[in-house]
Amino acid sequence: MTSLERAARPAAWAEPPAAVRFVLDAWTVAEAELQKLAHDPTELLTRAVQPILWLLVFGQVLARARAIPTGQLGYIDFLAPGVLAQSALFSAIFFGIAVIWERDLGVLHKYLVSPASRISLVTGKALAGGLRALVQAAVVYVVAALIGVHLQLGITQLVAVAVVVVLGAAGFATFSLVIACLVRTRERFMGIGQVLTMPLFFASSAVYPIALMPGWLQALAKVNPLTYQVDALRSLMVSGGTATFPIALDFGVLVFALVVLLAIAARLYPRLAM
Amino acid sequence: MPQAIETRELTRRFGRVTAVDALSLAVRPGEVFGLLGPNGAGKTTTIKMLITLLPPTSGSATVSGYDVIADQRLVRRSIGYVPQLLSSDGALSARENLDISGRLYHIPSADRRTRISEALEFMGLADVGDNLVRTFSGGMIRRLEIAQAMLHRPEILFLDEPTVGLDPVARRAVWEHVRRLRDREGTTILLTTHYMDEAAELCERVGIMHLGKLVALGTPESLAAEVGPAATLDDVFTHYTGSDLDEGGTYRDVARTRRTARRLG
Repeated sequence: MTSLERAARPAAWAEPPAAVRFVLDAWTVAEAELQKLAHDPTELLTRAVQPILWLLVFGQVLARARAIPTGQLGYIDFLAPGVLAQSALFSAIFFGIAVIWERDLGVLHKYLVSPASRISLVTGKALAGGLRALVQAAVVYVVAALIGVHLQLGITQLVAVAVVVVLGAAGFATFSLVIACLVRTRERFMGIGQVLTMPLFFASSAVYPIALMPGWLQALAKVNPLTYQVDALRSLMVSGGTATFPIALDFGVLVFALVVLLAIAARLYPRLAM
Repeated sequence: MPQAIETRELTRRFGRVTAVDALSLAVRPGEVFGLLGPNGAGKTTTIKMLITLLPPTSGSATVSGYDVIADQRLVRRSIGYVPQLLSSDGALSARENLDISGRLYHIPSADRRTRISEALEFMGLADVGDNLVRTFSGGMIRRLEIAQAMLHRPEILFLDEPTVGLDPVARRAVWEHVRRLRDREGTTILLTTHYMDEAAELCERVGIMHLGKLVALGTPESLAAEVGPAATLDDVFTHYTGSDLDEGGTYRDVARTRRTARRLG
């Protein structure tokens, strides 16, 4: 058989249009990640330990000390959305490690030689990183309910919280992916991951109100997407919680950050296989 | 007749090192072509340019008639690739791995299920299809990877060091499957190897690369005849590359090969 004959052979199946392919491919990638978690949920479970400690130990102690003025809202109620955002951040920020691992193994190459677009591949990864955080959210809700946080349990609020958590975690997972593409080795990544998480966390309104911060830290907090994620969560998750910024701004910042990061990641991702 | 793969002065530099140096090469449709050479000869870099993972510094190449720079997506649709490293995900089952591949090529689901069962059967993995790949032996993983790369029936299959780290029995099984695939599908196969027995066993033609250049090209028999009476492909290799087989490789190559071998072994 010559290649001409083969080229003339009609395609065995029709390809869907580009927009449909984007959605299908991204979902294929995301689903593969979720299947892996279903086979081995150990990592998810160990990552749930940290938020529990923050709520139980840090939260309870500071609530008793009344050291941080949070207005009408009790400190534990103030902290719960912060802990939720933080646990989503911590699980997402090391997402890049898995990508470096895939690169070292060769699994990454498999995806990159498929016809899937780069943007659909990184969107799928981001989506998986976002959805993982929902497990963390469930854990935080259970613990928060047990220690008497005044949760809003209306379906609208729950769905909105889920969306905010997924958006934020997807954004930080993509940020992590970008860093992975730049540093390329696990050792360097671990170092940088540690260095980044703490400033992101403390330069946000997760554990104390922005008003308490010195001016320079306030400036940092205002360009930190985590601040907007916490802000949205605070008004959606606990009763009596109020947002500092309009909720549309919170969503806007999270979506904007995610889209910009995805565009950068799609450019850098193929470099991992070079 | 158009060529399955054609490169013209294909060149890739990394800083001051020229990994592939003005390579011009044609692979015919339906042919099993072997790219031979010591570690660092430029074989993997060549493959990476052909499968659109690495842009050439200069020169051009077509795969299945499509330009590797201008028509990347069409090239990707036409090829299957089994990297030297592991390409199946150990944390997923064989069936899940195959399903991901099938979906990324948009094979309709009914057709996909049939092909997956058939592929597992063909590769002798039907009984372990739902087991996690991390429980597989090296030979089983390689067969699964080839099945994954072939699921969308590509015109051209790229195999990068397909049997590195495998024991002799597993190697024979992989060879046998590659041959049967070629006979059944008429797939053009480009493989790289530094095992001369593998090249002699599988390839209709071989090209020997040394320091990024093609230094010899022909059938294994004709190359041996040129070097001398009773010469083996090993002798041909030594003749053209001037190095013994075991010498080559940087620390990184060695580390990578051993790591792969350990994972597959």
